Amino acid sequence: MGLTSDSVGIKAVDMGFSVKKDNSDAIMAALAGNPNVGKSSVFNCLTGLNQHTGNWPGKTVANASGSCFRHDREFILVDIPGTYSLMAHSAEEEVARDFICYGGAEAVIVVCDATALERSLNLVLQTIEITKRVVVCVNLLDEAEKKGIKINLELLSRRLGVPVVGTSAKCGKGMDRLLESVESTAMGEAPEGCRVRYLAPIEAAAEKLENVLLGKIKALNPRWAALRLLENDSGTVSGIYSYTGLDPDSPELADALKEANKSLLDAGITPERLKDNIASCLILNAEDIINGAVEFDNPDYGRRDRKIDRLLTGRLTGVPLMLLLLGLVLWLTITGANYPSALLSDLLFFIEDKLVALCGYAGIPEAVYAPVIFGVYRVLAWVVSVMLPPMAIFFPLFTLLEDLGYLPRVAFNLDKAFKKCCSCGKQALTMCMGFGCNAAGIIGCRIIDSPRERLIAVITNSFVPCNGRFPLLISVTSMFLISGTGVAGSAAGALILTFFILLGILMTFAVSRLLSVSLLKGKPSSFTLELPPYRRPDIGRIIVRSVLDRTLYVLGRAVTVAAPAGLIIWLLANLTADGIPLLKHLSAFLDPAGRLMGLDGVILLAFILGFPANELVIPLIIMMYMSNGTLAELDSLTAMKELFVQNGWTWITAVSVMLFSLFHWPCSTTMLTIKKETGSMGWTLLSFAIPTAAGIIICILFSSVAGALSLAG
Amino acid sequence: MDNNTLSALKIDDSAKIKELRSAGSIRRRLQDIGLIEGTDVKCVLKSPGGDPAAFLIRGTVIAIRREDMDNILVYS
Repeated sequence: MGLTSDSVGIKAVDMGFSVKKDNSDAIMAALAGNPNVGKSSVFNCLTGLNQHTGNWPGKTVANASGSCFRHDREFILVDIPGTYSLMAHSAEEEVARDFICYGGAEAVIVVCDATALERSLNLVLQTIEITKRVVVCVNLLDEAEKKGIKINLELLSRRLGVPVVGTSAKCGKGMDRLLESVESTAMGEAPEGCRVRYLAPIEAAAEKLENVLLGKIKALNPRWAALRLLENDSGTVSGIYSYTGLDPDSPELADALKEANKSLLDAGITPERLKDNIASCLILNAEDIINGAVEFDNPDYGRRDRKIDRLLTGRLTGVPLMLLLLGLVLWLTITGANYPSALLSDLLFFIEDKLVALCGYAGIPEAVYAPVIFGVYRVLAWVVSVMLPPMAIFFPLFTLLEDLGYLPRVAFNLDKAFKKCCSCGKQALTMCMGFGCNAAGIIGCRIIDSPRERLIAVITNSFVPCNGRFPLLISVTSMFLISGTGVAGSAAGALILTFFILLGILMTFAVSRLLSVSLLKGKPSSFTLELPPYRRPDIGRIIVRSVLDRTLYVLGRAVTVAAPAGLIIWLLANLTADGIPLLKHLSAFLDPAGRLMGLDGVILLAFILGFPANELVIPLIIMMYMSNGTLAELDSLTAMKELFVQNGWTWITAVSVMLFSLFHWPCSTTMLTIKKETGSMGWTLLSFAIPTAAGIIICILFSSVAGALSLAG
Repeated sequence: MDNNTLSALKIDDSAKIKELRSAGSIRRRLQDIGLIEGTDVKCVLKSPGGDPAAFLIRGTVIAIRREDMDNILVYS
């Protein structure tokens, strides 16, 4: 069933394109829809599979699939990227269209936004042109009701010729009926499906071509294929030929196509007019279908949103509020994380003592328990106590902003700056995703239409510190850069962190600009961005989802990498060559380079060994310093600072470490993702080289200037 | 307001689309979001730098850059 990944090739980069059915009775349904209509909520509601949903255009960047049962019938649901159209102008639209056409789904659910139904219908009509086995899911009915929008679902269903089901995915309403409709649509006779009528000469030309195609292409609707061949969009047409096995050189087809094109030209329909007419007939049809089926009790329903927008995107207020929000989120994270962090580390190191004592009782030799406890356990304890609290605060806060619908406004505010750098405002969205994880941010770059601008966004994504680097930035700031405690201290900390993030953003702009005038020369392309309505977020769901999806996932990844790394480091520190630990050999070798950058050999080695995950850098530094045997236990930031100071850290070292953490090579996962997304070793290496070079130069400059100043002072 | 483009609209100004002069993929993208001849548009927001601006188009708020607005003729 479905396509193999081979036949789809590089375009279906993800795990998603080939979906297999284990159970032949199962029904496979594709879940399509405009961006931002709660499509992922419907998906989660049905499958229970936790998949991240966000209130910004184009959040579902990868195909995901999940399954569910209704009365013993299994349903396999495939979440495809949200798009406005299937006329493939972006990588996402291509994935969506190819899946609907060739993915082998028995039915397509098109999720629509009840509060903006007319916009959604364009996609519905385009989908019905491809397959009549469509179920329209009018989602967000509860919100529409609040806004005084009444929808006559029955009339809509009659006009569209396919089943229409109303749902409110957030509270799970209508899901059973949706599955029921999917089952009858997939298993029974295909629904009638409405038909969009174009200008008479277009209809005539399409019909002639359709007759030639009939029987030649099995899986594909011949009328749809005929229209696309007439439109002659190269991507769509080559897709049709390669998937259906249709021979473009067959004389019968070539003649029919030539004749059809000639008849169009004779009727005065140029290729340009043909495309215009097809596009506008879809829109006019949608208008007709809506007419009388949707009633607005309160035509001014968007007023509250516009008021908020004028504040959040205002000339005087937009940017300051954005910075304030960023600072506030960071401040809450630092303040809130302090106490639980200390508590957790007390607890975990208390357990360590007990474990050591227990091993002593049991008579386990030190050679056995030392690597496990002092290597694996200690690194894990550090990773957990330092990473968990900030993530458990930062992620829910960030998800809250996301669910409210604030992030597209950030892109709106910053677009002019991006345009000056000849790149795309949507890069702001991919940077926001980068705060969570740079690899996710890079996959997210698919929402950018222009390949040139997409590459720029991919290459510069790692200038945004991901959550793996946040704990380092936070703890080094608290140890070395702020002296006060309490509210004043954490406010200063938030300020410093905000400054570092702004530095990363500035660097993003600078490098984007530089790339635009050098390797990736070009003008800024066109851009349309939807500013979706603000939505009341579901706090409970945010907490559960961000803890489960993000915090635990990221922590799990860190722990799985940290545990073996802890062991390796312990071994490196305890195995000797010429009587000196291997680790010392390595760090001594790197020391001159490290010193030049304001760091030392140990720190540089930690960054290199931290390639699998940035979370490891601080634990690695601690492990290496501790292998000198100066400190037996490490149970607080104060002790940590002491250890660092003993090893020669000053505020200059601290700032250099933070700078290098902000600007160095992306982690291994990110590199793999870049390779997959760009399909090019060259761009991958460049994404490695640019931030690394930037970091080295900045660190050398900073440490020599700061060093000279502090000597002079 | 005869040969005006979308860029001429101030906040809260409404107009109808007269002609799309954009070419290539942006033309189709604008048509896909419902910008065709005769469509009502209303300028609802300007970003802090004045560009892009956002318009209410068929119930949805869409941001468009100045270069593209300049290619969209409107009448009132």
